[in-house]
Amino acid sequence: MRGSLGRAGSLVGRELGTLAMTLVGLLLVTFLIGRVVPIDPVLAVAGDRASPEVYERVRLELGLDLPLWQQFGIYLGKVLQGDFGTSVITSRPVLEDIARFFPATIELATVATVMGVLLGVPLGVVAAVRQGTLVDQVARLLGLVGYSVPVFWLGLMGLVLFYADLGWVAGPGRLDIYFEDIVEPLTGVILIDAAIAGEWDLWHNALSHLILPAAILGYFSLAYISRMTRSFMIEQLRQEYVTTARVKGVSELRIIWRHALGNVMVPLVTVIALSYGSLLEGAVLTETVFAWPGLGRYITDSLFNADMNAVLGGTVVVGCVFIALNLLSDILYRILDPRTRA
Amino acid sequence: MTGLRAWLLAEAPRSSFQARAGRAWLAWLALRRNPLALVGLAIVACLVLVALLAPWLATHSPYDQNLEARLLPPSPAHWLGTDELGRDLYSRLVWGSRITLGIVGLVAVIVGPLGLVVGTLAGYAGGWTDAVLMRLTDVFLAFPRLILALAFVAALGPGIENAVIAIAITAWPPYARIARAETITIRGSDFIAAAVVQGASPLRIIRGHVVPLCLSSLIVRLTLDMAGIILTAAGLGFLGLGAQPPMPEWGAMISTGRQYVLDYWWVAAMPGLAIAAVSLGFNLLGDGLRDVLDPRQR
Repeated sequence: MRGSLGRAGSLVGRELGTLAMTLVGLLLVTFLIGRVVPIDPVLAVAGDRASPEVYERVRLELGLDLPLWQQFGIYLGKVLQGDFGTSVITSRPVLEDIARFFPATIELATVATVMGVLLGVPLGVVAAVRQGTLVDQVARLLGLVGYSVPVFWLGLMGLVLFYADLGWVAGPGRLDIYFEDIVEPLTGVILIDAAIAGEWDLWHNALSHLILPAAILGYFSLAYISRMTRSFMIEQLRQEYVTTARVKGVSELRIIWRHALGNVMVPLVTVIALSYGSLLEGAVLTETVFAWPGLGRYITDSLFNADMNAVLGGTVVVGCVFIALNLLSDILYRILDPRTRA
Repeated sequence: MTGLRAWLLAEAPRSSFQARAGRAWLAWLALRRNPLALVGLAIVACLVLVALLAPWLATHSPYDQNLEARLLPPSPAHWLGTDELGRDLYSRLVWGSRITLGIVGLVAVIVGPLGLVVGTLAGYAGGWTDAVLMRLTDVFLAFPRLILALAFVAALGPGIENAVIAIAITAWPPYARIARAETITIRGSDFIAAAVVQGASPLRIIRGHVVPLCLSSLIVRLTLDMAGIILTAAGLGFLGLGAQPPMPEWGAMISTGRQYVLDYWWVAAMPGLAIAAVSLGFNLLGDGLRDVLDPRQR
């Protein structure tokens, strides 16, 4: 165990160089996007009625007279200290805003991924074992539809059916209005906060709001995970150790769920991490449909209010999470797969 | 065997045109054996036909408002119902197919060549050029596509042209990676060495020998990616950042239909079905093409 941890440490070290370059590149892209915006950053701070003297002073304060590479250096230094500037709309530091909105997105994406894994992995396994049967066709169809349907449209139709027509779930938003601001936001994840506070009515209400958007996102994760599980399993079931196990008289159930699935778990970790990352993206549209106060909605709302600090800050944070997930899945892969231990 | 078939399947083609036509014929025969791919092809062909024949297929004008006929359900007069301004949804969908096809086509025209140039250059040159270009691709791959497109549209301003540019900027890196991988395997082969010995310039080798061999994997990837491009464009339209009203873009139509969705579901449902059908078509066709053109990835 200690050996694999040590190896993980050296791996992290080696990856850090690449990581740093990607991060700087990511910041360069957002910095350049920020420069080409047709919004005058000076006017955003000073207001349009500012006198020429005030305008000039603000321009100097913002460092806009410096050469571009120097401005980038300053931006880089600030971001590394967690300073993304101040949101023009909320007049709070952007990072503070993001910290308030991000837990809602994490809550949504995590519940969705759990659903996708719990349903998608067994579906993929059964589809691989019973190739060509009805289960396999259904899995294939679910996957194809998942790759083709717009997530925001599915969300809207889900609202029409399950909220308006059937009344099974609560509508848009994270809580009913009379439940808001009751629980102290300790973690920002309402299900956890409500459980800590022992507010079970509120917990149920939150779940009723969460379940539909999470199921919609979870469906997309299921489509991806079941498809990948199927192809990994088919590859494993062709291996000779499966034949050997059969010859030895190991039960078919044990071969499938212990031997083969055990080996599939390794590449599957990567797939799950990737699908978690892509849910962050799907969350932008889902959050808009369900009025879910998460990071995606924060970015789009800021965008319509021309609040570039907030937009770029949010973009950088999502990009960083994406990179971190990739790195994590890479490291996990190498720890879990004994063949990568030289 | 008829004359044409014999010509197509000739063991020793006499011209490169004959060889290419023969290869295309064999690919078509293989594709024909895959019913799902044919369904995909039919859907895509339908999209192209509808876009071409829009003026004749549409029953109403896509822009004319008729406030007395607001939010009507599907009926013989309005096959798919009407929207909040009394415009015929079917006609708007028909005209909207031109926008969808236009977006997909423009993005493909930008992304394919861009990825090809970056990828072949990185793969053929190697060394520093390769390292720099690949780091650049990594940076763009580090962002989720829609978020990066959002940031670009925020900078460029909403609108359909800017949406196309933003999608193209976010979509090229995978193509560069594929082209690079192909180039690296091709670079080591004997016929490239022969061309180098004969004094061909790197540019000529890339253009004449490397690019044609990269094309089939790029086309497969592009077809598979079309659905993603359509969904991203629709997402931008839905957020109000792509095509602007009154343009009958499908994503934007869902966005306006959203306000009425709880009572008048069809206003948002119909454009969504159109998007889903077209993306499904491209996905099926792409899957089929991958099996035919790129047997290694099967």
